[in-house]
Amino acid sequence: MAGRGWRPAAAAAAIGAARPGGAGPGRGPGSGPASEPAPAPVPEPAAPATAALYVHWPYCRKRCSYCNFNKYMVPAVDEAAMRACLVREARTLLRLSQVQSVTSVFFGGGTPSLASPRTIAAVLEAVAGAAHLPDGAEVTLEANPSSAGTPRLAGFKAAGVNRLSVGVQSLDDAELRLLGREHTAAEARGAVEAARGLFPGRTSIDLLFGVPGQSRGAWARGLEAALGLCDHHVSLYQLTLERGTALAAQVWGGALPTPSQDLLADMYQTARAALVAAGFRHYEVSNFARKGARSTHNLSYWQAEQYIGVGPGAHGRFVLRGEGGRSREARVQTLEPDAWMREVQSRGHGTRRRVVLSPLEQLEEVLALGLRTDEGVTHERWGHFSPHLSLEAIFGAPGEAKALQQQGWLVLDGGGLRCTWEGLALLDSLLPALLCQLQHRWALPAVPAHPAQGAAPGRGSGAPRRSPTGDRAGGEAAGHAGVVSGSSVE
Amino acid sequence: MALAGRTAMRWARLRSPCPAATPLCLPPWLPTGPRACQRLCSSRGKEKLDMSTYPVESIRNFSIIAHVDHGKSTLADRLLEITGTIAKTHHNKQVLDKLQVERERGITVKAQSASLFYSHEGANYLLNLIDTPGHVDFSYEVSRSLSACQGVLLVVDANEGIQAQTVANFYLAFEAQLAIIPVINKIDLKNADPERVEKQIEKLFDIPIDECVRISAKQGTNVEKVLQKVIEKIPPPQCNTADPLKALVFDSTFDHYRGVIANIALFGGEIQKGHKVVSAHTKKRYEVNEVGILTPNEQPTHKLYAGQVGYLIAGMKEVTEAQIGDTLFLYKQPVEPLPGFKSAKPMVFAGMYPVDQTEYNNLKSALERLTLNDSSVTVHRDSSLALGAGWRLGFLGLLHMEVFNQRLEQEYNMSVIVTAPTVPYKAVLSSAKLIKEYRKAEITIINPAQFPDKLSVSEYLEPTVLGTIVTPQEYIGKIIALCQDRRAVQKDMLYIDERRVILKYLFPLNEIVVDFYDALKSLSSGYASFDYEDAGYQAADLIKMDILLNGNPVEELATIIHKLKAYRKNVVAKCYGGDITRRMKLLKRQAEGKKLMRKIGNVEVPRDAFIRVLKRQTDK
Repeated sequence: MAGRGWRPAAAAAAIGAARPGGAGPGRGPGSGPASEPAPAPVPEPAAPATAALYVHWPYCRKRCSYCNFNKYMVPAVDEAAMRACLVREARTLLRLSQVQSVTSVFFGGGTPSLASPRTIAAVLEAVAGAAHLPDGAEVTLEANPSSAGTPRLAGFKAAGVNRLSVGVQSLDDAELRLLGREHTAAEARGAVEAARGLFPGRTSIDLLFGVPGQSRGAWARGLEAALGLCDHHVSLYQLTLERGTALAAQVWGGALPTPSQDLLADMYQTARAALVAAGFRHYEVSNFARKGARSTHNLSYWQAEQYIGVGPGAHGRFVLRGEGGRSREARVQTLEPDAWMREVQSRGHGTRRRVVLSPLEQLEEVLALGLRTDEGVTHERWGHFSPHLSLEAIFGAPGEAKALQQQGWLVLDGGGLRCTWEGLALLDSLLPALLCQLQHRWALPAVPAHPAQGAAPGRGSGAPRRSPTGDRAGGEAAGHAGVVSGSSVE
Repeated sequence: MALAGRTAMRWARLRSPCPAATPLCLPPWLPTGPRACQRLCSSRGKEKLDMSTYPVESIRNFSIIAHVDHGKSTLADRLLEITGTIAKTHHNKQVLDKLQVERERGITVKAQSASLFYSHEGANYLLNLIDTPGHVDFSYEVSRSLSACQGVLLVVDANEGIQAQTVANFYLAFEAQLAIIPVINKIDLKNADPERVEKQIEKLFDIPIDECVRISAKQGTNVEKVLQKVIEKIPPPQCNTADPLKALVFDSTFDHYRGVIANIALFGGEIQKGHKVVSAHTKKRYEVNEVGILTPNEQPTHKLYAGQVGYLIAGMKEVTEAQIGDTLFLYKQPVEPLPGFKSAKPMVFAGMYPVDQTEYNNLKSALERLTLNDSSVTVHRDSSLALGAGWRLGFLGLLHMEVFNQRLEQEYNMSVIVTAPTVPYKAVLSSAKLIKEYRKAEITIINPAQFPDKLSVSEYLEPTVLGTIVTPQEYIGKIIALCQDRRAVQKDMLYIDERRVILKYLFPLNEIVVDFYDALKSLSSGYASFDYEDAGYQAADLIKMDILLNGNPVEELATIIHKLKAYRKNVVAKCYGGDITRRMKLLKRQAEGKKLMRKIGNVEVPRDAFIRVLKRQTDK
């Protein structure tokens, strides 16, 4: 693979001059500048910024009965055009974000294992050309067992992929048929074995539970089989019936049974217990890892890091430093592949929607996503987004959060705010109350409620109580006024 | 409840309220003038009609059913005019809606009937139009009226299309195996789109497009065609004058001078003054004083024959004697009684007290008179430390309650205190002592003050209804959120055309009795419509909320609320980059819902429970 050394984007120097300093520390999980050798030339801004990068391959060969993702079945994919567009868009977004180091890359879909290794390599080269892609950075590819033979996987490895996520879903042929998968259980086993051979310790499998008609026993047996097959990472999903899918139509039409909520909860608990007994850490609501094999890319989402989404329908969360932006934006790319490609070709980018996230909205995401992990929301990360209103000030006060702590579902201590083992299974029910409390506290007039931070006295009365925190903590250092409007597209 | 206003509303307000004792057949707010007066007085003045000239084959018994404000009463007015039943004047607005409250609100509460005489292709026909109420609360009355019919006109607004009540009414008629003639009304309106409505009717009801009649009842366009369709499509009743008398009581009214006037449909035989008839239900015997037809006022006839619809006066003193659904037969000639109608079941209860206890007796007599005409209201004596002696009344629904209170005020000049409405909960008792006390294991609780404690109950049950919502698709998201907030379970969802969706939800009744309809209307800018039907009881986690004053519970302020299962197990959904926006949206919506709850102890109390308790109207 081509050089991964950091190279400044062509436009960086020109735009860089217009931007004031004051960026916070890079917080790349495991691969940030603190643990990596510092990239050589650092233009303005002085501090590096990091982001995870997601690349969406929108095509599938066959529609799965349960899937409502953004995917398209086309007779002939114009791969060269798609490749060129992915490359171009990756460059555009890296330039706009002025990200200096990409902490991880994830190829999702669709079925990205249907793309040729050449496309994967081209995108990775573009990334490495526009920003620093550290040598050890996690590069994951989602693979479908029907397109994951050893030669193909070896091609991906050569292209720069170093982690594989195999969509096993089930090891029961009848269930796989019901799910509309185009592979058998035997093919899934073959694919996992091939992947483990090439990516030892870096292979993940996806499993689905709650398939219509699936019994507790069948799930327990399936899980046991999966444990015998898997590497050090397992993602566990409850089958969600999505509107517009064939499976949902069958279930709602009464042709298939609906698993009861209690059964689903039982299945989840069974799986948690079995995986933990097998040495896995339940590090996120639906993810398990052992021997430190957590997915750094996905952790970036839950830890509210910046991420850039490239490809049809891909989402992103980042600050547009390239435009002098200071606030984090939620961005979505055009959904339909042909339209997306046309836009990239004609306008140089395929971003369809940009919304500036308010400081409160960012905190809501930090909370809702952070609590999905076993580490929860640390004081440090919270302080990064909310320098003046601590976790204690919001969730330590009497209120619902306190009651949840007394119930034994939530913990607020020196580490931060997190769910207990029992609480993690109830998270969706806890979050509305916590969000409510956050919103309520946020709306209160400025009072020196937490003198520990000593924030109140020093502030001018006219200044906003909380500085808008983009990705840079303590944004008060820069009196920059330019805020990107939420409506226009660059 | 929010109901569409009408011109009649403004018009009616100009008239003074009706004094208490005025007989219902002579309302002073009806149009005055020589013609109208002649019509109104006709029941005494004219010669008795001979109904034998209308054999069964020439009779058509039909109803008009429609969603509220789709023009049912206007079409009835036109039909009455065309057939010469009433004079054609500009004042004919909702002629069959006799109650002041009906005219004010533009709704029909009490079903009325009218016999129309019509010539078609050289033959004379007797068309009996049985008007029906047009609101969710009164579907019971609709079913009453329908069982005397062989067909219906299903009126749909050409602009609004099929609405929730259109669906409910269609199924009532369909299940009763009646001939259904779709009538698309208001084609004169600027935004009328009859083609779209015809397609909806075809898709939803499986009625061919060419069977729809497009009309403008307001302008009279094509109304004649409706009458022709009635004759062609609706079968005559299947019965025989030679058979023994079999008469169905499908409604009754009370006249202060003449006693009970029972509306009857003859399913066999004939009836005339002097006949001795027996009620199959009460076994009581009566002598017939008068029979006749309604035009729409009582018009005496010599006789009524099989297949005909009319009224009977036979010395019945109370409306309860003319039980809806009862069968009358000739003394000593018993017949197999007709299957009874669905009986009215109160769905909403509220306490009613006189503002001033010295008014107790006046209120009592007003209640007695009003319930004489509205047997669907149940009355239980009740008393309260704070409010004194009063009653606990059961109504078919909230509108019914409002209408009743309004009538109490308008027709009897009564001011009352009405407590917060509740629904009838049930409790399955586990305490032997209580079972002995109540003499049964399952009790119905209509007063929160009598709510038995959890310790002596093995299970609480709450009433549920199957709600039908028809809405333009752009409001689906908000409506689904509203329904979920109201603990409803989705049962069905169907697009009736590209723009409109029909949703079916199972609701706990208490979630919709207070303000659901208003909330639905406001979040859909008035475009969504709602109807519901009884769906039995389901187990519920209920708790009595007491309000303490100086540490003592005030019984009148107690309400029963649902103890939410606040913490449910998760759906273990993935949440990666692309899922975050959607996830946050959902969570924030749930957080919004949470803001409307007050947590007390371990119970989440809907915030409006307090408002509901505190918002008592005095002197409404």
